[in-house]
Amino acid sequence: MIRLKNIEKVYRTSTIETLALNSISLEVAKGEFLSIMGPSGCGKSTLLNIMGLLDEPSKGDISVGGESIRDFSDKKIARFRNQKLGFIFQSYHLINDLPVLDNVELPLLYRNVSGDERTRLATEALQKVGLGNRMKHYPSQLSGGQKQRVAIARAIVGNPEIILADEPTGNLDSAMGNEIMEILINLNKQEGTTIVMVTHDENMAKKTSRLVRLFDGSQVL
Amino acid sequence: MFKNYLKITFAVLKRRKFFTFISLFGISFTLMILVVLTAFVNHLVSPGYPETKRDRCLYIDKFEQIDTLKNSRRSGPVSFHYIKNYVSRLTSPERIGFSSFTNSVNAYVKQTKVNLFYKYTDANFWKIADFEFLEGKPFTEQNIANNDFVIVINDFTRDKYFGKGVSVVGKNIEIDNVNYRIIGVVRGCPITRTYVSSDVYMPYNTSKKDYMRKELAGEYIVLLLAKDAGDLPEIKAEYQSLIAKLPFRNYSDKWFKPNKIHSTADTFIGSFLSQLTHSDGDAKKHYVYLILIGFALLFMSLPAINLINVNISRIMERASEIGIRKAFGASSRTLTYQFVIENVILTLIGGVIALLLSFGVIYYINNSGMIPYADLTINWKVFLTAVIISLLFGLLSGVYPAWRMSKLQVVQALKGGE
Repeated sequence: MIRLKNIEKVYRTSTIETLALNSISLEVAKGEFLSIMGPSGCGKSTLLNIMGLLDEPSKGDISVGGESIRDFSDKKIARFRNQKLGFIFQSYHLINDLPVLDNVELPLLYRNVSGDERTRLATEALQKVGLGNRMKHYPSQLSGGQKQRVAIARAIVGNPEIILADEPTGNLDSAMGNEIMEILINLNKQEGTTIVMVTHDENMAKKTSRLVRLFDGSQVL
Repeated sequence: MFKNYLKITFAVLKRRKFFTFISLFGISFTLMILVVLTAFVNHLVSPGYPETKRDRCLYIDKFEQIDTLKNSRRSGPVSFHYIKNYVSRLTSPERIGFSSFTNSVNAYVKQTKVNLFYKYTDANFWKIADFEFLEGKPFTEQNIANNDFVIVINDFTRDKYFGKGVSVVGKNIEIDNVNYRIIGVVRGCPITRTYVSSDVYMPYNTSKKDYMRKELAGEYIVLLLAKDAGDLPEIKAEYQSLIAKLPFRNYSDKWFKPNKIHSTADTFIGSFLSQLTHSDGDAKKHYVYLILIGFALLFMSLPAINLINVNISRIMERASEIGIRKAFGASSRTLTYQFVIENVILTLIGGVIALLLSFGVIYYINNSGMIPYADLTINWKVFLTAVIISLLFGLLSGVYPAWRMSKLQVVQALKGGE
């Protein structure tokens, strides 16, 4: 489904170069729930961002569904993210000026979907994560766990093939973290959605089907 | 999608009240000043009551005799002698009339002093200026031939002198110790229409001054009415050939021997420019229009620069939102479109506020008595042009920051554009 080949990422400033990822090759199969673990600063999030086409590698090749994204235009990358990928971030990244329903509708805005259909799909997604009664609320009126459930609803509303989750339970207490994890596991098992999750939490990682460990930008497991 | 853009636009406008205020203030205040200024210029320059035929009128308000050897000159309005013996020979105008410059005089009402503006005019003056007679009629050639001491007054004078709305035709009024019989009452006009505005109008031959004296310079302005606006150049040319044939006056003053005469028949705006430039004002008109347009554009660029500045910080602080939108499928082009829509909405709100403010200011000027009988109106052409220019600036000021943001990697944008 996702294939990374010899991915390297170097951050350059005027004085130093930092090697964030060193020759990573990885393949994620369809329907897999993969977790990426490692200490802070080892390049987990960088790897996830590169997988999600949110960042560009300094070297190496990425192909998704057999297609190399090397020559994709801005427009094509945007369409690809919109139709194939869904993101969940540690700090939720909701648009605070919009109510919950509009936040969840966001990916559908960039598709040819009517307003009514958008509302129907977003309502369904919110009901799936147990927030059918919070649609008119603004993100600032929600708890951390609720915000992350909104983020999950937004990630799944467009029925993407792959969900990329960057420490989705990192800002939550363990009970709330477990709830979120349950939702992701159900998505993977029931809908067959491929999930790649970055986590610090060994217990969460154990619940996934495969674990990849990084250390200093290199894959160690 | 548009509804979503509207929602986010209003949410952002509400959230950043200070930025919104600065942006809207910049746009609306500039547009308002521009609209009020053009309304004022329009009021001064364009045909308006009672000079509804101004676009086919020329004015001779200055006659200049120059001694180029001693570098001295004498100038002033023209004399009755000059009008009667020279200007009246012009064949191209449909009508030739004249009036004196407006002067003030004291009149007395029940021992109360009333200061009035007066003009001496001929009978044709009333055929060139379209005054609305509330009562009576203008004086005619016959009145002048009969040496009738008749007078036309405006409604302001009637109300002040006799009482509001009373019938006054046939009654007498004393101006400068001379008794006049009122034969007409006109609706007054703004003082800014200087060539025709006055409180009272008397026949030129009732003046105490020696209006018959054989001087070229005097106290009158000549109004030349063309059949059609297209005839104005022909009238101007005919007047110039008349000037070329004028004999030089031989003054007894040995220090002033004129060897050059300068006088032009100008359009209304041209006559102002003639005063300023000592040359044919109409020829300078295009430069003045260019300067005015340049000034207006410069003036408009101030809120545009302000808007670009405000927008850059406003959009940069929304880096995270841009990152989120990009992550979920917005292309750089879609994002640019969104910010452009936001700016267009902001500009349109500014335009509406400007329009309301302009109505308010113009209503105030028209009704405050600052300019009696002021009839300023909004020039819609200027207003719409200004709104379109603002929209263009709005577009540009949205495109540039959005373009800058679109250059960011999503991951950078999500971190707040660091």
